[in-house]
Amino acid sequence: MLEIKKLCFRHKGSKEDTLKDIEFSAELGKVTAILGPNGSGKSTLFKCIAGIWKPYKGSICINGKEIDKLSYLERAKIFAVVPQEHEPAFPYSVFDMVLIGRAPYVNFFSSPGLKDYEKAKQALQTLGIYHLKEKSYDKISGGERQLVLIARALAQSAPFMLLDEPVSHLDFRNQIKVLLKIKELAYKNKITALVTIHDPNLASLFADKIVVIKDGRIIGQGKPNHILNEKLIQEVYGIKINIIQNNGFNLICPVLDFLKNKQMGA
Amino acid sequence: MKKNIKIIILFVSPLIISGVSLFLGPYKITPVMTIKIFLNETFHIFDLKDIPEKAIIMDIRLPRILLAGVVGAGLSGSGVVLQGIFRNPLVDPFILGISAGAAFGCAITVGFFPNWSVQFNAFVFGLIAVGLAYAIARTQGEISRLSLILSGVIVSAFFQALVSIVKFLVDPHKLQAIVFWLMGSFSLSDWRIFKIAFLGVSIGLLPVFLMRWRLNVLSLSEEEAKSLGVNVKRDRLIFIVFSTLAVATATSVCGIIGWVGLMVPHLVRMMIGPDHKILFPLSLTTGASYMILADTISRSITSFDIPVGIITALTGAPFFLYLMKKGGKEAWGK
Repeated sequence: MLEIKKLCFRHKGSKEDTLKDIEFSAELGKVTAILGPNGSGKSTLFKCIAGIWKPYKGSICINGKEIDKLSYLERAKIFAVVPQEHEPAFPYSVFDMVLIGRAPYVNFFSSPGLKDYEKAKQALQTLGIYHLKEKSYDKISGGERQLVLIARALAQSAPFMLLDEPVSHLDFRNQIKVLLKIKELAYKNKITALVTIHDPNLASLFADKIVVIKDGRIIGQGKPNHILNEKLIQEVYGIKINIIQNNGFNLICPVLDFLKNKQMGA
Repeated sequence: MKKNIKIIILFVSPLIISGVSLFLGPYKITPVMTIKIFLNETFHIFDLKDIPEKAIIMDIRLPRILLAGVVGAGLSGSGVVLQGIFRNPLVDPFILGISAGAAFGCAITVGFFPNWSVQFNAFVFGLIAVGLAYAIARTQGEISRLSLILSGVIVSAFFQALVSIVKFLVDPHKLQAIVFWLMGSFSLSDWRIFKIAFLGVSIGLLPVFLMRWRLNVLSLSEEEAKSLGVNVKRDRLIFIVFSTLAVATATSVCGIIGWVGLMVPHLVRMMIGPDHKILFPLSLTTGASYMILADTISRSITSFDIPVGIITALTGAPFFLYLMKKGGKEAWGK
């Protein structure tokens, strides 16, 4: 279990905290979504957990143990980070890209061994993209690239996977496809996934738990159906909505006052 | 399949090119005679008398070819490393100012401190140059491709100006030596110089060879590499120090030879892909081949010995333009 306790973060030279007393936990084999509008501090929180930025107060614990003092290498064996899909400087093949996930296990003065190749192959198969292995990473679609990065994280054999806005730039079909894969990995491979996301409906559909952030503070957390309501969405996004129940999921539909008035007038 | 053939060709190319190069030169020696002499010296099969051809093959051409090979391998190997760690396909030891720094180290040694080690000074000033280029480019966070090239140009110009001061102050017959050597040439090769170069380049590139796969990780963004467990600052430093040693040694034995470290890694990457595990060793062999070829041209097309730096620049500059045009905005990006 991943526990964040009283975490505070401030940028250098800034007078205000970007994150204020963040406290939540993410459970084993579940998908936890950090939901919030742009600029709410969810990327900052993500970077603190990934160890890229250092919070000045609070702690991050795994199964009760603090991990603040871990080296990059030790951390990489606990957290696999999936960045947003990007163009690398050189056009590596999909297989080479996934093999890079084995970096924490390759000795300083050597190259990946047979076991590492096997792990990379398995990761590609698990995500159903083994057929892409020879392709150049910059010649495949955005959705496929995101899957490759997830495969790389899987090859990293870390119990926790941190995914930074994995679907924000994908089309609808790929959003669903990628999130389904993440959910599947969490359930089948017992990976604890932490996902930042800004679409409340996608969070509701795919997360087991949602942590809602606004202005660097948590303003609600719990199961999607418990916490997604008119009041919370109004508070976070500043718009009126109706909750629609569908197949046991709470979905959000904005209230379009303008259209309503028009219809009434007609 | 096709890729394997390419790999084999690139791998054995230095042997073939050195063999051909051994036949060529201003003094005409037939291939048969060359082979005879070569076999005689290595295996003592034929009983040849001391003929002038023997000295030309064994003491002039052979060490020169080997030296060119070692220097070519050193420069292109460092090119691969620098392009990888700076995530920038448009840099090499020459563009980043390492060559100019090393040249300054050599020039002051030749001019003013004849008792000091040329290689050591070249190494120290090479490191200072690349450190400066890196520090200037890194004014805020991640380094953009363009700013790194610009800062390399600045550092290069600075050290070249310092070299000019040395040339201005030094006594005239030393000046001639410095000027000739700065143009980049293998005409002073002998076995002693080859041994120095071989030692320096090997010490520099052997650790890099063992660590070459890490370049794949380091060529990702800094945050990404960190999240993969890599101590980016430390690893970059190790790679820079060792590859600078190779470049400094190469510069100290044959002057400034530009563009090789830029061109060769690109050519190999185009042929077999960017995976550093294969790219690095094949860049060594291809760099050796290219340099031996360039030097063979420089010593055999005219009766003069044209400095090889001129040949590499004549081929390298258009190649750089081609890369810029091909990469377009992307090449300069971010």
